[in-house]
Amino acid sequence: MELVTPNVGTIFWMTIIFGLVAFVLKKFAWKPILHALYEREESIENALNAAQKARSEVENLTAENEQLIAEARGKKDAIIKEAITLRDGIIAEAREKAAIELQKGIENARNQIDHEKEKAIQEMKNQITDLSFIIAEKIIRNEMADKKQHQELVSKLIDEIKLN
Amino acid sequence: MKEKMPVNSKKLLTVILMILMGILPVESQSEVGQDSLPAKNDHETESFDTGRFIFEHVLDAHEWHIATVGNRHISVPLPVILYTKFPELHGGKKFHVFLSSEFHHGHTDFQGFHLSTEEENKGRIVELDKQGQVVGRPIDLSITKSIAGAIVSVLVLFSLLFAAAHSARKNRGRAPSGIHNFVEPVVVFIRDEIAKPSIGEKNYKKFMSPLLTLFFFILLNNLLGLIPIFPFGANVTGNIAITMVLALFSFFVTNIKGSKHYWKEVFNPDVPLWLKFPIPLMPILEISGMITKPFVLMIRLFANMLAGHMIVTVFLSLIFIFSSLMGPAAGYGVSPVSIGFAVFITLLDVLVSFIQAYVFTLLSAIYFGMASAEHH
Repeated sequence: MELVTPNVGTIFWMTIIFGLVAFVLKKFAWKPILHALYEREESIENALNAAQKARSEVENLTAENEQLIAEARGKKDAIIKEAITLRDGIIAEAREKAAIELQKGIENARNQIDHEKEKAIQEMKNQITDLSFIIAEKIIRNEMADKKQHQELVSKLIDEIKLN
Repeated sequence: MKEKMPVNSKKLLTVILMILMGILPVESQSEVGQDSLPAKNDHETESFDTGRFIFEHVLDAHEWHIATVGNRHISVPLPVILYTKFPELHGGKKFHVFLSSEFHHGHTDFQGFHLSTEEENKGRIVELDKQGQVVGRPIDLSITKSIAGAIVSVLVLFSLLFAAAHSARKNRGRAPSGIHNFVEPVVVFIRDEIAKPSIGEKNYKKFMSPLLTLFFFILLNNLLGLIPIFPFGANVTGNIAITMVLALFSFFVTNIKGSKHYWKEVFNPDVPLWLKFPIPLMPILEISGMITKPFVLMIRLFANMLAGHMIVTVFLSLIFIFSSLMGPAAGYGVSPVSIGFAVFITLLDVLVSFIQAYVFTLLSAIYFGMASAEHH
């Protein structure tokens, strides 16, 4: 029975020893060890949180940058588009103007040609009249014989010539 | 020799069976002794008493036996502290403090005290009257082998944990180093795997130091008990008085830190009135449960550690059994097998040491958790 009968002396000393161990360890071992553990865990937690915060901040910044770039790109596109429309407009206008000018030039040229033509015709008429006079003079001079007849004939011819 | 062998092997088998089943083999030990005497052959002058061999190794003692060389016992004497009710038999003093070497291993008496070798009080100190008759037992507050073993492991524990605590103070906020690096994972394990799940996030902190103390004390005593070299190897956690104090510690922590809710559950649970009045059935059940819990803790640790020590001793004693049965050659022949088994069991015991320390702490934590819970 000795094996399963607790010995009073052993219980007595063990109570003292274990009580002392529990007290001393609580005060001088577990307190600093647990304190160090909790402190380190807290600092790691804080560091992780800070890193998380920094990361989200960087993410925000990147997003902002991207937005800025996108905006700038949009602006650039708009400017280019505007320039293209402007250019097209200018070209079209220039083309139109040129066409009008051309038309005008052609009209002018045509007017001038008509005018010149009229002038030339007039001159030609005048010259024809002069020539006719000269011819008539010559004819008259050559055919002085039959003066009377010739005179009649000439006047008859002249009458017949209708100037136009 | 051949006719005798079955008898002895049967005896050995009974010893092993009884140890395995946890039946107390104190009676069987005497049986073995008596049976083996008439069966002894004339050429075997020295018989090997297996039971005595085993029990000498696991029982508490007043001296720390290291080795026996020939007929000389090499042992460390331990202080004997006695309080007697019969001062007239012991030179008029009530308190007696002397070293156990005064008994010369039970061969001589000292101041009317006798280290009994008889079956009933074997290894214990009895008081003798003038005629040399046993009159009773004094109150024995000696530093026994178990207590000395516990003190040794407490010193080891202190040096280990104070070094860790020192390192923890020094390396504040930084990664642990040295011995602290070894202690901290265990601390974290106890917190995350034992304390937090069993007690809860809210209350676990105030139970950390009892749990850690229990775990480290039990684990270290278990492990140091496996080292068969002085000053280790004492069967500390395989002593029922030691495990009783550990279980009582768990019991007191549970009940002192118990919440209002816990005490209400004990004395006035929400059950029909006839279960509480006039016969307080539920309170009786609850209180018996309160006592059963530490009792189970005590028995479990004690039985597991004792069994480990015993089985190792049994395997080693096989060498001596065979050599006393069939001559020294058989003993030498069996020794590799025996030693192999003993090494295997010792390794198994290392595992058991961890498991038992874990189980004791886990169950304590569960009891703490039940006592500190506010609501269901």
